[in-house]
Amino acid sequence: MPFIPHTDQEVTLMLARIGVDSIEDLFDEIPAHMRAAVMQAIPQGMSEMEVSRLMHQLAENNTRALCFLGAGAYQHHIPSAVWEITTRGEFYSAYTPYQAEASQGTLQLIYEYQSMMTALTAMDVSNASMYDGASALAEAILMAVRANRKSRSRKILVPTTVNPVYRKTAHTIVNGQQIELLEVPYDRATGTVTLEQIKQQSEGDVTALVLQQPNFFGCLEAVDEITDWAHENNILVIALINPLTMSVLKPPGEWGGETQQSRTSKGADIACGDGQPLGAPLSAGGPYYGLLCCKQALVRQMPGRIVGRTVDLDGNEGFVLTLQAREQHIRRSKATSNICTNQGLVVTASTIYMAIMGARGLENTAAACFANNNLLVEKLSAITGVNKAFAGTYFHETVLQLEAPAAEVLSGLLEKGILGGYNLSQDYPELGNAILVCTTEMRTEEDINAYAEAMRQVLEAIAASVYSSDAAMSAETV
Amino acid sequence: MLIFEHSSPGRKGAPQAPAEKASLTAIPEKLLRRQSAALPEVSELQAVRHYTRLSQKNFSIDTQFYPLGSCTMKYNPRACNTLAMLPGFLNLHPLTPDLQSQGFLVCMYELQSMLCEATGMADFSLAPMAGAQGEFAGVAMIKAYHSSRGDTERREILVPDAAHGTNPATAVMCGFQVTEIPTLDNGDVDIVALEQAVGPQTAGLMLTNPSTLGVFERNIETIAKIVHQAGGLLYYDGANLNAILGKIRPGDMGFDVIHSNLHKTFSTPHGGGGPGSGAVGVAGRLKPFLPLPMVTKEDNGNYRYLTAQDCPQSIGRLSAFMGNPGVLLRAYVYMRLLGREGMVRVAEYATLNANYMMAEAKRRGFTLAIDDRRASHEFIITLKNEAHEYHVSAMDFAKRLLDLGYHAPTTYFPLLVPECLLIEPTETEAREALDGFLDALEQIRHEAETSPELLHAAPQTLPVKRLDEVRAAKQLDLAYNS
Amino acid sequence: MSEIPSELKYTTSHEWVRVEDDGLVTVGISDHAQELLGDLVFVELPEIEAVFNAGDECCVVESVKAASDVYVPITGEIVEVNESLLDEPETINTAPYDSGWLFRIKPSEDDFEETEEYEELLDAEAYQAEIGE
Repeated sequence: MPFIPHTDQEVTLMLARIGVDSIEDLFDEIPAHMRAAVMQAIPQGMSEMEVSRLMHQLAENNTRALCFLGAGAYQHHIPSAVWEITTRGEFYSAYTPYQAEASQGTLQLIYEYQSMMTALTAMDVSNASMYDGASALAEAILMAVRANRKSRSRKILVPTTVNPVYRKTAHTIVNGQQIELLEVPYDRATGTVTLEQIKQQSEGDVTALVLQQPNFFGCLEAVDEITDWAHENNILVIALINPLTMSVLKPPGEWGGETQQSRTSKGADIACGDGQPLGAPLSAGGPYYGLLCCKQALVRQMPGRIVGRTVDLDGNEGFVLTLQAREQHIRRSKATSNICTNQGLVVTASTIYMAIMGARGLENTAAACFANNNLLVEKLSAITGVNKAFAGTYFHETVLQLEAPAAEVLSGLLEKGILGGYNLSQDYPELGNAILVCTTEMRTEEDINAYAEAMRQVLEAIAASVYSSDAAMSAETV
Repeated sequence: MLIFEHSSPGRKGAPQAPAEKASLTAIPEKLLRRQSAALPEVSELQAVRHYTRLSQKNFSIDTQFYPLGSCTMKYNPRACNTLAMLPGFLNLHPLTPDLQSQGFLVCMYELQSMLCEATGMADFSLAPMAGAQGEFAGVAMIKAYHSSRGDTERREILVPDAAHGTNPATAVMCGFQVTEIPTLDNGDVDIVALEQAVGPQTAGLMLTNPSTLGVFERNIETIAKIVHQAGGLLYYDGANLNAILGKIRPGDMGFDVIHSNLHKTFSTPHGGGGPGSGAVGVAGRLKPFLPLPMVTKEDNGNYRYLTAQDCPQSIGRLSAFMGNPGVLLRAYVYMRLLGREGMVRVAEYATLNANYMMAEAKRRGFTLAIDDRRASHEFIITLKNEAHEYHVSAMDFAKRLLDLGYHAPTTYFPLLVPECLLIEPTETEAREALDGFLDALEQIRHEAETSPELLHAAPQTLPVKRLDEVRAAKQLDLAYNS
Repeated sequence: MSEIPSELKYTTSHEWVRVEDDGLVTVGISDHAQELLGDLVFVELPEIEAVFNAGDECCVVESVKAASDVYVPITGEIVEVNESLLDEPETINTAPYDSGWLFRIKPSEDDFEETEEYEELLDAEAYQAEIGE
């Protein structure tokens, strides 16, 4: 009996104390005719040895190709210590810190996480995390609607340079609350959204504007200019960021403030994003975590858990969950959100990751991603039939246009052991045969050369087969 | 001491990042950060020691009996962690083509199927990342179902007053109004009040069964009939599924949509508050609305993700990728270890432990919130008499339990029972632990009588004494500023 | 047992109401309400010039364990708010009927004391019965 400690004798004794004859008697309040039959579709139990063999086999059935895929999930090096400590039973098998005195480890760690995240984003306040970046964006939008009392429109401007999957997720989550997400098209030359295009979409009252940095194409948005304009027009700015890149890029708390009158409103009002690049493995898409930060004035509109530092009866430092009156277990139907957990364990890993890396480690990692991606793009765009789609500055992801069908190129690359990027044809048909490539610090020059060589061969093979099928076709017509 | 207070400017971490910083001069200066982020500068050993020591300040299942009612704090088998973290899973990019992710996709497909069987539902989506998100998905599906039939006047969700706070919060997030239904003293829903409350405005009823009061809702058939006859749907909050696993299935009770907290029933770790998983299951008529992605098996034996093209009526996506796959893999391993026969024993022994503790608590003179019924997998003691006689609160009992090495049960929930402790022992605890906890409760009651200051001043043996929550909320200190 | 000054009017949702000489109406929460909430840590005040109907939610008072909406007892326009509460919300605990007042409202009806809304407010005795003390 897996994980059940009872001996037969104990069961007999316990039943006697309860005053019943069998365990079955304990279920006598359940109507007999509704009782479940044997669950045939569930296999019989296995020993750990058997399950282990099965899982090893299944794990081998996933590709080990060299990863140049990004688009919201990034393969970075994670120090061994990070998950070794994170999976200690005291972190792994604890629950929400309801009993603060017995949860100081988790609580202090979250406080340190909040401190690191506010340092990285230059925002005033961070919560203890949301589920992932996409759902954090949705919550940021809901938060902006609550916070912007000068606006009644519930209209949110969302440029199409924001990750398409995030836009879809936000739509699902805010759908029930009469909030309108208005798309703003991007500039075909730079791969970024321009102020002109934003202005065109923002007739009348607008509640908030989402700005992704670096954007989904890897390009860098004009965050200062757009933030200042938004604030001049009573529009809240929601920054959607990759936190690793914020070690070297201007953080959302410092966006704008360029002009005399905008100085007081400097900075995005809310910042969100996915924390995955900071210590979470790819793991087929999660668990990751959503970061959510805001200006001090908005703290009571923040959803999710927040930890505060305080003192105990003796005046010693300690940590508690605070501002709980916002939350569902107290406010019920009037809560800021229904969320009642954070992604605790992943936040634990991320906090340890940031502590070990330090600012310098993050900066060097981010800069290496940038340099490696430049190298890849340089090598790939030197190949005939591969071109950069945009002229703007990009960070560690780049859109490449191909003179061959993207799907065919990517599957050709995969045969050569290269996960070559994300096919953009469904989300951005106007870009033609375009892929989004990504390079992190983990890709060596050798890896990059291997990709370039594979790309050359694949394109040549496609060209040859097109040529030969053309030839075959012309032979037929002749 | 905070990690920031171990920091020394210029101290380098481990060789975990490139030693040199590559040039960023190609990026316009105004887009660059001016000053390094104020993160701690510590050695790897300092970080390892600091976080190891922090971990030791936590109570956890691995170190203490943790009878936190409604949370199902049972043993999290280590194999689930080890096998979910095999490199073949950890290094899998979520956008890898399906054919190169077959090892992962088969686990997800089989997990969906096993959950269907365990709950009696027609189909399952693993997308929701926590119970609350599962609730959101479920209520959003109820809304989508009604509007797909042009039935747009159903603006109200019914919730028993004993429900978790997430239920009403979720209904409001989905754009519904909430009406509370009272609960009788015996723990059952007030059927008369329910009959009066339902009508053409009713979109659905959200119900936890066994309820948050720790008893099985005996009138479930009648409730299902009343709600369905009014045209509403029945939502199952799976918080207490551990109590009935393999004994009675929500699908067979008439529920149309459910969420299952895999971190409770299927023993994935609570992780200090997450990540969880709130997989959602539906009866046939709600299938088209399930959230994406899901995994299907094709005729050729290959597995693939279902997309919006396959499921045009889906409520959509709830996350960027596939919910919390690492959690889902752990649940999969757990279910394979237990198998169908093991799952039935989960409910049997969870129920045995709870009823044993309830009988023993009564024998030792504690007052039960509901005295004349079977406990499910949890039960409630009310300390209102002790509070009255000795001027100690349920919170004092809870804090004193910490001193004696036990995590406190859930206190002050459900809100309907004054000075309550909601106790859920789970099936993985041995009798010694249960008896030890009851001994501790008895000792504390004796202390309440003879030296109540011990309770008021508790805890004394933990890293901190009782914390000033008023100060925390008033003088907000939410981040360290060097 | 909480204090219930006899010269004031009350609502079932625990606001108190005082008609001032200048015709404005001052509103706060009752001693009983502040006792139920416990130590207040935050007050969110309504905006000046905002117009409400009787029964509308207009602001929130928050303690560690609870947050409670405050409802406007009479229809009118907010003309003044007690900004000192932003820094010292505990004033509501110490002086709920005095320096712990929340806002002043200008009733939309001139002869406010003749209106039905005013009629429906509870006097001290009725409020005492309402809260069962």
